[in-house]
Amino acid sequence: MNSIGEDCNELKKQYDACFNSWFSERFLKGQTDDSACAPIFRVYQECVKRAMKEQKIELREIETEYTTSSEYDNSSSSGGKQQQSKS
Amino acid sequence: MVVAASTCRTETVFDYSWMNVVVAYWNRYPNPSSTHVLTEDTIQREVRDGKLYSRRLLSKTNPVPKWGARFYNNVPVKIVEDSVLDPVKKTFTTFTRNLGMKKIMKVDEIVVYSEQKDGKTLAVRRAYISSQVFGFSRAIRAFGIERFKSNGNKASNGFNHVLRRMFPHSQLVIHPQPSIATASSASELAVATVATTSSSSGNHNKSETFKSAAKVGYEFFKCHASKIAQLFSVRN
Repeated sequence: MNSIGEDCNELKKQYDACFNSWFSERFLKGQTDDSACAPIFRVYQECVKRAMKEQKIELREIETEYTTSSEYDNSSSSGGKQQQSKS
Repeated sequence: MVVAASTCRTETVFDYSWMNVVVAYWNRYPNPSSTHVLTEDTIQREVRDGKLYSRRLLSKTNPVPKWGARFYNNVPVKIVEDSVLDPVKKTFTTFTRNLGMKKIMKVDEIVVYSEQKDGKTLAVRRAYISSQVFGFSRAIRAFGIERFKSNGNKASNGFNHVLRRMFPHSQLVIHPQPSIATASSASELAVATVATTSSSSGNHNKSETFKSAAKVGYEFFKCHASKIAQLFSVRN
């Protein structure tokens, strides 16, 4: 799968490969140390952030994290604009 | 301002262990049902309290035919996916929503993948769809998200394809191979004639376009509401 930044494809491929082996060989086996892919992730991140900036993709509007299911269930009946609170 | 919302809940069982499902999840693109998914990036990732938190950015093409392009920007739609994976409890929760175009339609989906007693993986999907655009919101409220619901099983075929490819010998129950869905919601909705009429107005002002389009016909919105809902969804 391609990256949003064309020039990030190679870095993404390297990071994904690193992550996939870390995920199945280590993380799922109880090792939570995630430093193995940190260096390649950092380089890949810089590339993606640059691409996002160039393409004017703003993440500001997604500051909120998860909303609970109950909030969704409640707001469906009220029909109002829902306020998402940070937990 | 009119805001109407619709929720739906669907369940899908994957005939694979939770471990296989979560490993395949990160590799589910590309698949034969995901030709509309263009890019996929991990933009944040960390392990906190033994859980893996990820934030990914996906972009999808707009499957809108030319006559519909003037109603919303014909640019790739961006979708943000946050997820939490708990390897101890064996739960994996994803939360996706579209970036931008939220006044036209907001599609929020929460999927929880958990281990069933029989070792298979249950995915419970809740979708919350809302719109501030009068025509759309009315359409959403009126027709619910039946189509969205009915395509649930077809949509998981893309992921099943990846699971079969990655774990050819791990399927817990052998089913006849389902046909791969081509995920072309546009072709399923035959209201092109109605829409063509409305698109001939030649009005490029978006709000004006929506106002005039609102008069054209309820079917048009019904069609587009379901189409945009699918566009903003990342089930494939």
